[in-house]
Amino acid sequence: MSQLASWRTGSTRVLPGFGLSMGISVLFISLVLLLPITGLFGQLAELSFAEYWAIITEGRVVASYMVTIGAAAVAAIINAIFGLLLAWVLVRYDFPGKRLLDALMDLPFALPTAVAGITLATLYASSGWMGGLLEPLGFQVAYTWVGIALAMAFTSIPFVVRTVQPVLEDMPVEVDEAAMSLGATDGVAFRRVILPHIWPALVTGTGLAFVRSLGEFGAIIFIAGNMPYETEITALMIFVKLQEYDYAGASAIASVVLFVSLALLLAINIWQGRFVRRLHGGKG
Amino acid sequence: MRRIGDAPLIRRLLIGAALVLSALFLLLPLVAIFAQAFSQGVMVFWSNVSNTFTLHAIGLTLMIALLTIPVCLVFGVALAWLVTRFSFPGRRILQTLIDIPFAVSPVVAGLIYLLLYGRNGWIGTWLDGHDIQLMFSWPGILMVTIFVTCPFVARELIPLMQAQGSREEEAAVTLGATGWTTFRRVTLPNIRWALLYGVILTNARAVGEFGAVSVVSGAIRGKTNTLPLHLEQLYQDYNAVGAFACAALLAFIALLTLAAKAGLEWRAARREAFA
Amino acid sequence: MSIHLHNIAKHFGTTQALEPINLDIHEGELVGLLGPSGSGKTTLLRIIAGLENADRTAQPSKILFGDRDVTNVHVRDRRIGFVFQHYALFRHMSVYDNVAFGLTVLSRKRRPSSGEIRARVFRLLEMVKLEHLANRYPAQLSGGQQQRVSLARALAVEPEVLLLDEPFGALDAKVRQELRRWLRHLHDEFNFTSVFVTHDQEEALELSDRVVVMSNGRIEQIDTPDELYREPKNRFVFEFLGDVNHLEGKVTNGVLTCGDAYWHVDLPDGHEELLLRPHEVRLTEQPTSESHLPVTITAISPVGAEVRVELEADWLAQPWLATVRHTDFEHLALRRGQRLFAHPRHWRRFPKAESKATEQSRVA
Repeated sequence: MSQLASWRTGSTRVLPGFGLSMGISVLFISLVLLLPITGLFGQLAELSFAEYWAIITEGRVVASYMVTIGAAAVAAIINAIFGLLLAWVLVRYDFPGKRLLDALMDLPFALPTAVAGITLATLYASSGWMGGLLEPLGFQVAYTWVGIALAMAFTSIPFVVRTVQPVLEDMPVEVDEAAMSLGATDGVAFRRVILPHIWPALVTGTGLAFVRSLGEFGAIIFIAGNMPYETEITALMIFVKLQEYDYAGASAIASVVLFVSLALLLAINIWQGRFVRRLHGGKG
Repeated sequence: MRRIGDAPLIRRLLIGAALVLSALFLLLPLVAIFAQAFSQGVMVFWSNVSNTFTLHAIGLTLMIALLTIPVCLVFGVALAWLVTRFSFPGRRILQTLIDIPFAVSPVVAGLIYLLLYGRNGWIGTWLDGHDIQLMFSWPGILMVTIFVTCPFVARELIPLMQAQGSREEEAAVTLGATGWTTFRRVTLPNIRWALLYGVILTNARAVGEFGAVSVVSGAIRGKTNTLPLHLEQLYQDYNAVGAFACAALLAFIALLTLAAKAGLEWRAARREAFA
Repeated sequence: MSIHLHNIAKHFGTTQALEPINLDIHEGELVGLLGPSGSGKTTLLRIIAGLENADRTAQPSKILFGDRDVTNVHVRDRRIGFVFQHYALFRHMSVYDNVAFGLTVLSRKRRPSSGEIRARVFRLLEMVKLEHLANRYPAQLSGGQQQRVSLARALAVEPEVLLLDEPFGALDAKVRQELRRWLRHLHDEFNFTSVFVTHDQEEALELSDRVVVMSNGRIEQIDTPDELYREPKNRFVFEFLGDVNHLEGKVTNGVLTCGDAYWHVDLPDGHEELLLRPHEVRLTEQPTSESHLPVTITAISPVGAEVRVELEADWLAQPWLATVRHTDFEHLALRRGQRLFAHPRHWRRFPKAESKATEQSRVA
């Protein structure tokens, strides 16, 4: 209420540039972010609901949902564990090469996805360095859903590390000491004190990694093999429909992807907000 | 000082695991890129890079990045200024909206632009009537690149400007500074490193964007092929060494990005230590 | 449980935080470690707790709790209660869960039944008068309430030794006063051995059975508050325990002169620095044959039991502080800018070489 009041009276607007920055921001968001989405709805409007439903529930498309969600879930779980380990090691320990390891964490964000894609495909193909090692052992990575999960995990690992790291850094030493002085062993203290503390960040990071994996395209298509019903991801389905000039079909599937991603993003935001409020006594 | 997990055994085990996994998962691919690119010698790498089509792709990619950065910069600064210096209804919604490009699949991003500005879209039809073609040409590539990169500058600035608060700007205003002077003399020096980092991230993504660009580009060699698209074509043509030569160029930019980030962070940490 | 410390020293890198220290704390005692920041008091407390290790030196160090040698015992097994300056409550746990934590992490063999835990936690919460807030989260409590939860949490495991690191340092004056009284009461009732760290001399003197005054990693004096105030062993202790006025000058033939001020003292010739407390300064309108110390009043603060008066003079390097009873204040009709004469009632000197104090009283 007080915020609203101050907005009306303008008492908080001591600084200049409100109109200008508001103008630029709103114009930009409308033109660049929101307007194009109307194109999608325009296209969808040309479909009847039955047609729409038929497209998005077609066997091959449903199979692609399964592959995408399944692989993204596996990638997210791997990242939650691996990302937590990396964040922990980077925050809690000192060792030679730490700075380098820290810098390396951002590689998946900095490296173009297509580059990651052809590299992983080459590494894990049967003639590649990793593939040559794993295949004799019976692990096939390239052209299976394992490869898809691997590519997804690669492109999204920084989400977990970079979300958990600052929270772990901000954790006061006294919390560790309090837990130990009360008799908790390392395992118990980690599970009951540290993990709950970083839980919101870990879930947020993992959630963001999952959302990113659902939409990932460039890194996956090279290693996936793209066999219909087997290793075809939803983003590729959209791409294939477009190449067949089936704009309606592409839009229908895209609307599902878009809806799921935005809903997840919203859910993560709300969930995070709830936690922040509890930990900061409603003042956050 | 004792902390949880400081026992030497646990410590060594965890550090070891982190190093081994990172080496396999992150470092090995990086090494592989350069190993593949130079697998047939420097001369072959050079001829791959200096090929007309590759040079054109490099040129187009750089042009797109150069055009994207100023747009994202203006938007990012304006939005960050707006949401951190004023309170108004809808502020949180604006902050959530700029995350859309992060959540939207690049392919979907390309698609929605194609639908709107392509020959069937309502703007596209009008443009077609005036003989303007945005899709399957470089303006289309630029538009989707701006879409996918626009959050980076704002996302870097908002937390920093929030933490710094507006005291200094208020002080400048009470001393009689105009809006522009306040921004240039007070705000800008405080945010320049975050701004620079935002630009570096924007650049990295603009140069490397693949999914969205591949939908709207048409990928015509020597015309609308960016470096990542060119790399894909070479790879599909079974010219792996050529593809990795392009990949090495892009990986090099990525490494520069990482180095710049590490440098900026080191700078910030040092300044904090002296403060 | 008595605490016996033998030859405890600590280095951080090249700086020596603690010189080798021996200290005995008796069973049931409430001991305050008092000193300025950097004096090593917190380090000492953390070594007692086991949060920090003492240096390994040629002469072995030893920490005994009663007869139990805990020198190499990990903090989690020392059975201490530790209260942190900033409470260090677990933010994601309710007040109840915070207090119950120490009990629920016990090995299954030693852990009380859940009903018993519940009963014990509520008994503690009742004791700290917070039973109605059991389901709140730490962020929803005030600083004083958080510190009470922190105390209840430390006491839940029934420690033999309670250690408190600047427990009231982060609280405002009124709450601090209240919690102090309440800690004293708790200590008397439960009769555990407590050690607390503070940089506030008033707190240390009010709360402790004995005070350990520390500076630069050394123990300067260990005594009861009364003895400490009355018989400071050295200049540091004297200066740290309250406001001090300095009088520096040259003594010739039993007269100390400093600018146009002079004063008869019973001291050999030479340069002297004398120290006196604010209540040891008397103010009159006229000089006496004994002393001629002209001063000007620059500030008056009539708050509290006595009136604090700030005095300046060109023969003084630093202003003096004097405390005057309210009746005298009215009698003398003191006001700012008034010129008066100061008369020391009692003073001390601490020669540089020997730390033995000389003092002299004078009938006012």
